[in-house]
Amino acid sequence: MKSTLLGAATVATILGLGLPAVQAQQSVKIGFISTFSGPQAAIGEDMRRSVDLAVEHLGGKMAGEPIEIVYEDDQFKPDVGKQKSEKLVQQDKVDFVSGYIWSNVLLASLKTVVDEGDTILIGANAGPSQIAGPLCNKNFFSTSWQNDQTPMAMGEYLNKKGVKNLYLMGPNYAAGKDMLAGLKLTYKGKIVGEDYTKWPGQLDFSAELAKIAQVKPEGIFIFYPGAHGVQFLKQYVQAGLNKSIPLYQVFSIDAITLPQQGELALGTLGAQEWVNDLPNEQNKRYVADFKKKYGVYPSYYGAQSYDAIMLIDSAVEALKGNLKDKDKVRAEIMKANFKSLRGGFKFNTNHFPIQNFYIQETVKDADGKMTVKTIATAITDGKDPYYEKCSMK
Amino acid sequence: MLNGVQLGLLMFLLAAGLTLTFGIMDLVNLAHGSLYMMGAYFAWTLIGLTDSFMLGTLLALPACFLLGVIVEIVVARRLYARDHLDQVLATFGLILFFNELVRAIWGPEGRSIAVPAFLNRTVNVLPGVPYPAYRFALIVAGVAVAILLAWLVARTRLGMLIRAGASNRRMIAALGVNIELLFSLVFGLGAVFAGLAGLMAAPIASVKIGMGDDILIVAFVIIVIGGIGSIKGAFVAAMVVGQIDIVGRAFLPDLLKTFMGAASASAAAPAISQVLIYVVMAAVLVWRPTGLFGQRG
Repeated sequence: MKSTLLGAATVATILGLGLPAVQAQQSVKIGFISTFSGPQAAIGEDMRRSVDLAVEHLGGKMAGEPIEIVYEDDQFKPDVGKQKSEKLVQQDKVDFVSGYIWSNVLLASLKTVVDEGDTILIGANAGPSQIAGPLCNKNFFSTSWQNDQTPMAMGEYLNKKGVKNLYLMGPNYAAGKDMLAGLKLTYKGKIVGEDYTKWPGQLDFSAELAKIAQVKPEGIFIFYPGAHGVQFLKQYVQAGLNKSIPLYQVFSIDAITLPQQGELALGTLGAQEWVNDLPNEQNKRYVADFKKKYGVYPSYYGAQSYDAIMLIDSAVEALKGNLKDKDKVRAEIMKANFKSLRGGFKFNTNHFPIQNFYIQETVKDADGKMTVKTIATAITDGKDPYYEKCSMK
Repeated sequence: MLNGVQLGLLMFLLAAGLTLTFGIMDLVNLAHGSLYMMGAYFAWTLIGLTDSFMLGTLLALPACFLLGVIVEIVVARRLYARDHLDQVLATFGLILFFNELVRAIWGPEGRSIAVPAFLNRTVNVLPGVPYPAYRFALIVAGVAVAILLAWLVARTRLGMLIRAGASNRRMIAALGVNIELLFSLVFGLGAVFAGLAGLMAAPIASVKIGMGDDILIVAFVIIVIGGIGSIKGAFVAAMVVGQIDIVGRAFLPDLLKTFMGAASASAAAPAISQVLIYVVMAAVLVWRPTGLFGQRG
């Protein structure tokens, strides 16, 4: 009996101590948090597909070591996102954490990853103003944008177009407020109305649309990501407003929502930092391979996730897989020495990108599929408006 | 205000089914929202198969009935004798089950049902006041269903048995009525109302996983305000809640601006209008603890 116990203990010691130590040296481990269940799961799926494609393009290896991606589902809830972040950092001991669609989920998870875990976080979508300013952190980098920037680009474009007054609508949460604030930073015309709707519960916009019909603005500007964008567009067209008041949007019409929005979206203008027709080699390869593999267009969510993996790869390659010295890893990430799908890409002092923003129009492609195409560059080498409030210089 | 009526009628359909199961069968069915979602998915599939909006929606209703009966036989039947907590847990499990089922069959992307061509325009309800024709059709359909349901419960033999079963289940079983069959039928009927609400909402909203979960809480609020088990109560409460929601969203910001700054008004208004229906529910419960038309003490 005693000897069996002893034997079991020995085996356990070997298994318990031996294996993880070997594994840790043999792979680059990346935790990826997104929404894989519920109504917004389509966005998470798009990100996962792009991460998988990036890994495939890298041949499954970074600096000769296999890449291991641990996907976690935040279920579209800040508290769950925080729990899953904790698990990735403390239990899985990942080398990098990436993903995060939602600003409120990212804000809830940030401290757990970058402070308590001292792990590098590459944000692949959400860009709340707080993290660009006072909450900026040496361990946080973004391959997307700061929330305000995309609507700022739209504001610039509307100024040029001479739209004199505008009605704003968005959901009542961190990103909704940032987006509308961003538009107001650059837009010089008059704001004739502004509505914040319940997020994510409110799916009926008839009261707001009825108000808009009475105010008769020259344009409506909205931010409704994912499934909400589909609802809004349908109700806007059903109310007959599309005939009299043009719609301008950010993050509300994209490769994920277009199959459902269909022809209702034709001609609608939006702003974005990445469009699937950007003319650079890596982007052509990404879009073509994505379409071949999955049969649909990728979205900016996917492009940003792809970039996040390529950014990590650039640092791991430069350090030949030795990730022990965090300062060196951060320095390599900061160089952004990778080929972004956007073409130009460099980091500002607050670790948010300095990049171009484009105006896109919804069109039909040669096969009759709905997609978006670039029609103008609204901002060149844009910086977010909060970087001076960040203590990192 | 027509928007409020339309929203109210939609919620009435959902609450009517819920009041049948909760009020009469005394079953807390959290999965009612899932039946709403299934109604929309059935309609999407059948409209695709038949290539006709009317035919597809008409065929979706028996499908919902069948699904309701199956759920009753497989799951709900075992729960009547248990307490409410067990029912909540089991039906919550059903929500997860249906969400994953939809994900497995239809995928995570969500679907879209187009408004039929003959309703895809606006009508002038008053001269110079255009209103989407589809939403107007919803109002007509909602009123028709309300009248039908009132007739069914108040004037028919089935309705009599349902009302009797609500008062004393054991008594009517003793009178030789097949209570199991009756409850299956009632549950199926509840599923039809949920499905009808779901498929009628589908062209306005989008068909997606979990679409019923958001609206279910409001449906529970409605039957609590209206009085548990009362169809009339559910109707009145749904109208009230619909109006509160629309009025709160449409006029509250402007109202607040008259006595506070524009910036703080636009920040406070959405928050206040979100809790408004719960405030009303609390007020009603203080005034009448059994709800507006509640019979149970």
